[in-house]
Amino acid sequence: MPTSLLRRAAPLLALPLLAMLPLLGGCGDTAPTAPQGGPATEPVAQTGPILIGEYGSLTGSEATFGQSTHNGVTLAIEEINAAGGVKGRQLEVKVYDDQGKTQEAGTAVTRLITDDKVVAVIGEVASSLSMAGGRVAQQYGVPMISPSSTNAQVTRIGDMISRVCFIDGFQGYVVAKFALDDLKADDIAILYDQGQAYSKGLKEDFARELVAMGGRVATEQAYTGGDQDFSAQLTAIRDTSPDAIFVPGYYTDVGNIAIQARKLGITAPLLGGDGWDSAQLATLAGDAIEGSYYSNHYSHEDTRPAVQTFVSTYQARFGAVPDGLAALGYDATKLLADAMGRAPSLSGKDLAAAINSTTDFPGVTGTITIDPERNARKAAVIVQMKGGQPRYVTTIHPKGAEPAAPAEGAAPAEGAPAEGAAPATEGAATP
Amino acid sequence: MASASLQERARALTPPALPTLVRAWLPVLVLGGLTLLLHFVVGPAVGPYYSKLLMDIGINVILAVSLNIVNGFTGQFSIGHAGFMAVGGYTAGMVTYYGGLSLWGSSLPQGGFLGPGELLFALSCLLGGLAAAGLGYIVGLPSLRLRGDYLALVTLGFGEIVRVLVQQTDDVLFSAEELAAVPVWTLPTKVGGALGFTGLPFYTSLFWVYLFVSLTLLVAFRLKASSHGRAYLSVREDEIAAEAMGIPTTRIKVRAFVLAAAFAGIAGALFAHEVGTTLNPRELGFQKSFEAVIMVVLGGMGSISGAGLAAVVITLLPEALRSVADYRMVVYALALVVMMLVRPQGLLGLHELWDLPLVRRLLRRGGGAR
Repeated sequence: MPTSLLRRAAPLLALPLLAMLPLLGGCGDTAPTAPQGGPATEPVAQTGPILIGEYGSLTGSEATFGQSTHNGVTLAIEEINAAGGVKGRQLEVKVYDDQGKTQEAGTAVTRLITDDKVVAVIGEVASSLSMAGGRVAQQYGVPMISPSSTNAQVTRIGDMISRVCFIDGFQGYVVAKFALDDLKADDIAILYDQGQAYSKGLKEDFARELVAMGGRVATEQAYTGGDQDFSAQLTAIRDTSPDAIFVPGYYTDVGNIAIQARKLGITAPLLGGDGWDSAQLATLAGDAIEGSYYSNHYSHEDTRPAVQTFVSTYQARFGAVPDGLAALGYDATKLLADAMGRAPSLSGKDLAAAINSTTDFPGVTGTITIDPERNARKAAVIVQMKGGQPRYVTTIHPKGAEPAAPAEGAAPAEGAPAEGAAPATEGAATP
Repeated sequence: MASASLQERARALTPPALPTLVRAWLPVLVLGGLTLLLHFVVGPAVGPYYSKLLMDIGINVILAVSLNIVNGFTGQFSIGHAGFMAVGGYTAGMVTYYGGLSLWGSSLPQGGFLGPGELLFALSCLLGGLAAAGLGYIVGLPSLRLRGDYLALVTLGFGEIVRVLVQQTDDVLFSAEELAAVPVWTLPTKVGGALGFTGLPFYTSLFWVYLFVSLTLLVAFRLKASSHGRAYLSVREDEIAAEAMGIPTTRIKVRAFVLAAAFAGIAGALFAHEVGTTLNPRELGFQKSFEAVIMVVLGGMGSISGAGLAAVVITLLPEALRSVADYRMVVYALALVVMMLVRPQGLLGLHELWDLPLVRRLLRRGGGAR
């Protein structure tokens, strides 16, 4: 039996030998290398519309993220084209759905870059998806701007990847500071999604900032995105009777959590991050979410003219109030067009250099400066859910970048000093 | 005189050496040739996007064909294949990433085709397969004494356990200095958690994918045609009768399970090092396991070419349906329900592609040797 098995298996042993065949033929180095070569240096067509790629979750459980972003991108492109385009050429956007899955995101970006030959890519919202797409963009040497991925790791992929939003380290600080200073809540429970990098990262940043500023984490409870029953975790939280509960998850789960928390008699306000930002939140949670706060990239109630113009054109075009993701999609596209105008050519290297040297770009979500780590330095706003709508509460600036006279409800980051003062969280977020 | 005739008969029955040798090696040469053709001719000709699709197809073929050894050959119902894939992927990832960091001080790919980096990658694939096989043995030994639904539950639970454990891990280390500062045994906890194991070098190419696809197909076909493989099939057909015939059914089932796990581990290793994939716990969850089961059921339980064919279809379907992606899961479900009603045995049932009357006629007309 063993010998017969061996004889049958013998040809199989030949496979590794077969693998060595090319080696015998001389040096393997002369063989054409696998598709993963260096940065693509193909000449970009000089006439016709400039093609920009976008990938996002247009379907799937976080579909409003992708749709809002796409609306913002579309609006920006229309405005840029109406104003004569970039370098005398019109812009065109090609969008692929990634269904909120990392593998799909990687495939979509590969297709955009190698098949459609886009000059730059915009996407994604969720950090884990930006990581997947970003590595492809870096590999092929095509710049990618993430509108709203806040996990610090995303831009560490390489020099092709940048973003127009703040990072979680800052967001954690913002929520912690707001809770301590404005809510006078220093005993805070945390309920986070252990399956989402965004949620886990934000939780850690928040806990660190809270403790550093003198607060206390009452308890840490975890769930997994898509869970339906949170009663065990919420009961444990209720037993510690915290002043507030921080839920750094996505709106899809937050709705359920809020309803079940109120059912269990928990009256403490819920706090959250930009993952709450969706018109669906109020629909899902109803009255349960009333009075809760979350940090966001902008508020449509901001009185700055740039914001108000954006809100009214967006409403006229899409019939809805733009959420933060729409504003960031809009800003990312406008910033990209601005960089294209400044770049000597549209090759990946030149364009990335132009994007990375952006300073004081006037965006809807604040004045954007891309820092050496390719993250955007800017302020965050805190909004409160009232009557099913997120209402503007306050603006919180990066540490050491507070404007001299904090003006209520006006011009966040407008007066932020541009000198070398690092964003508050930079040191903490760097390993 | 009896012995003389016995010797003569034995000599007469011994197949001639040369044709046997040719027949034994022909598939190896053909598959190897196809692999090289894909890598050096087809890949550069179709460009990176279609190359990536071809790689995705190859990885799914490995998954489907290997799962078919358990679900198709022995008739057990395992739905934890993605768990083994994850084990293989993370093991291989640690080897290439941390191995690369400590050997060359960089996690970037080293050397060209079959350069030192790729050899490390080949080693990591085998280690990934071994790790998955080892775990398959540990999981399989107690649970394969169970039958039907219970095995499904155990394997489902296993897949979830792997996923949740990986979620709890810490961030990936970025540099050789950081790597030197921590003890080696803590490395399995530094694989990125929910964000995924990022920064893995992109070693996976058409060559490596189809090398392992060839290996999987050869093993599966040789197994199915062997007496050892017939023992697998007998377990599926009637466990009690097989036991009565002296077949150690539990041992056979464990063997099938370990073999399938090993290939799933290799598939995971290839997946981990592919451009545009991220090795993260969310990706290798229940859905991925179920996708593999769908491929096997769709292709026909026990049909190797059926599983391969279904893997191709199911990989390409979402790409073709990207515009109506919302309805993709509906299409899946519908296809399965229709399948259960119309062809409960799957596309090809127990048969292989060339057993179909149409294909057979074509082969004969074309002067095919089968």
